[in-house]
Amino acid sequence: MSDVQDYASSLGNAESRKFETFSYLPALSDEQTRTQIEYILSKGWNPVIEHTEPENAGGHYWYMWKLPMFGETEVENVLKEIEACKTAHPNNHVRLLGLDNFAQCAGAAMVIYRGQTV
Amino acid sequence: MAVKQYDAGVKEYRETYWMPEYTPKDTDILACFKVTPQDGIPREEVAAAVAAESSTGTWTTVWTDLLTDLDYYKGRAYAIEDVPGDDTCFYAFIAYPIDLFEEGSVVNVMTSLVGNVFGFKALRALRLEDIRFPVAYVMTCNGPPQGIQVERDLLNKYGRPLLGCTIKPKLGLSAKNYGRACYEGLRGGLDFTKDDENVNSQPFMRWRHRFDFVMEAIHKAEAETGERKGHYLNVTAPTADEMMRRAEYAKEIGAPIIMHDYITGGWAANTQLAQWCQDNGMLLHIHRAMHAVLDRNPHHGIHFRVLTKILRLSGGDHLHSGTVVGKLEGDRDATLGWIDIMRDSYVKEDRSRGIFFDQDWGSMPGVLPVASGGIHVWHMPALVSIFGDDSVLQFGGGTLGHPWGNAAGAAANRVAVEACVEARNQGRELEKEGKEILTAAAKHSPELAAAMETWKEIKFEFDTVDKLDVAHK
Repeated sequence: MSDVQDYASSLGNAESRKFETFSYLPALSDEQTRTQIEYILSKGWNPVIEHTEPENAGGHYWYMWKLPMFGETEVENVLKEIEACKTAHPNNHVRLLGLDNFAQCAGAAMVIYRGQTV
Repeated sequence: MAVKQYDAGVKEYRETYWMPEYTPKDTDILACFKVTPQDGIPREEVAAAVAAESSTGTWTTVWTDLLTDLDYYKGRAYAIEDVPGDDTCFYAFIAYPIDLFEEGSVVNVMTSLVGNVFGFKALRALRLEDIRFPVAYVMTCNGPPQGIQVERDLLNKYGRPLLGCTIKPKLGLSAKNYGRACYEGLRGGLDFTKDDENVNSQPFMRWRHRFDFVMEAIHKAEAETGERKGHYLNVTAPTADEMMRRAEYAKEIGAPIIMHDYITGGWAANTQLAQWCQDNGMLLHIHRAMHAVLDRNPHHGIHFRVLTKILRLSGGDHLHSGTVVGKLEGDRDATLGWIDIMRDSYVKEDRSRGIFFDQDWGSMPGVLPVASGGIHVWHMPALVSIFGDDSVLQFGGGTLGHPWGNAAGAAANRVAVEACVEARNQGRELEKEGKEILTAAAKHSPELAAAMETWKEIKFEFDTVDKLDVAHK
C-alpha cells in the first residue's frame, strides 16, 4: 500500500477545479499558445476570447472579450487581444476558442490563463 | 395496353427480376448483397431470386399478382460484380422502389431485406454488404436525438475526444459500490462512466438504486472538478414499457445521458427511445451486443456498416465502432468507413473502405463513434490519430486497472489524451512520435507514468477474421 499514491482532489481544495481541454496539462508556455493559435487559424476557425470570474466558471457563457476575430490570420493579433483581456481582468480565467461556423460548434477550446480558483 | 394472362406454375426469377438495363432512381433503396450460390445455378438467376424473395416475389406465380402493377413494386437485380479474391461468391446489386417500405421504419426495411431470403435454399450463404438509403427516406426517420454538436454544447467539451470508462466487474457489484467506482473515475478527469451492457436490473443491483447512487457520484465529481460529467444509465429492459419507465426516472433525477442496446433490445424499442430522448433533451448512448453474430462471418449475415446506418436512422448519439487497436475485431480501413457513415453528412462510395454507395444524410445529425475494448494509455496516440476529436475513447480495464485506482487511472488517460491533442495541433505525427509525447507528458503526471509502466507489455495482435474484399491470392 505504501507504493500507492493518493489522488489529492477535494471540494475544499480549489486546486482541484479544472477547465476542460488542456487543464490537465501544465499551463501552456507562450510558444505553446502560439502554436495552438496557428492551428486554429490554419483550420479557418474564428478565434474568440472569453473570460470569467473563477466563481462563475460553471455556466455555458463566460464574458466574451470584444467580438470573435472573424477572418483573423495573424497569430500576433490574437496574442495581443489575449494579453489585453488578461490585463483588463487580471484575476479571471481566460480561454481561447476556435469557432467553426460550418459545424456551428467550437472546434478548439483551451484555457490560457487560470485565475485564482475558488 | 399489353394484356397479361394468368399462367400458373414456377417461372424463372430472371425473367422478371433480372434487369441489367435498369438505371436506379434517386429515390430507390439500393442494396449490395454478397451471394454464395449453390453449385450450377447461373449468377443472374440467383441475383434475381434474391431480388424477388426480398421484395414482391414468392416461389410460384399467383393470380393476385395480376391485381397490381408488380413491375412497379418489384425489386430489381440490376448489376453483378466479382468479389475480389474470392470466386465462391459475387456481389448482386438490387434496387427497391421507395414505396415498398413504411416511412421511418428500419424495422420494415430490414424485415424485407434480411427476411426470408437469408434462408433461401438456392443460396449457400448471403451477406448484406451495404444499403443506400435515399435522402427522401432518410428524412422520414427521426435519427440521433441530439447529434455531435449539441452534445458538445450541452457538456462543454470542445476540441478533443471525450473520455469514458466502463465500470468493471461487469456484474456483481452492489449499487453503492458501483457508484463509488463511477465517482472515482469521474473525479479523476473522465467525462463519462458507463454501465456495462449486461447491467440491467439484476438481483444484486436493481436499476433504481444504481441510478440514485450514480447521480450522487456525478454531482459530487462535478462540484469537485468544475466540469460536466455523465454516466450512461442503461435503460435496456425486458419490455419497452419498462425501458421507458427507467428512462423517465433518469430524466427526473437529472441524468444527461442514458443507454440502450439496440440489437438485443430491438429496433422498434430503440426508435421509440430515441424519439423520446429528442423530445426530452436527453443524450442516448448505444451499445451493440450481438452485432458480431451478424457481422463477423465474411460470407453470411449483415455487415456492420449496414448496422451503423440502421442505428443512425433509428437514433442514437453514440455507437460503439471498434477500436482497430484493442482486443476486439475490426479492420482499420473498414472501421474508418463506418466511422464516416456515423459522422459525416455525405459519404462517397469508396471501395477501399468497403463503402458501395454514395450516402446522403440530408440534415440528419451525426453519431459519435465509441472506441472501447481492451485499450490502454499506450494506444492513445493511435486512437486520437484514427478517430479524431469527434469520438468517445473508452477505457475500462485501462482506467480501473491502474495500480493506484480509478481516479489515478482516469487522470492518466486524461493527461494522455490532452497531450496527444496538443501535439497533433502542433502538427506532430502521433503514431510515429507517440512514445515521446506520452513520455514527456508523464514527467508532470505521476499517474500517467504509473499507467505507462503497468501496461507497457500488452498487445492485441491477432489477424482480422472479416477483412475487406481485396485480391489477396
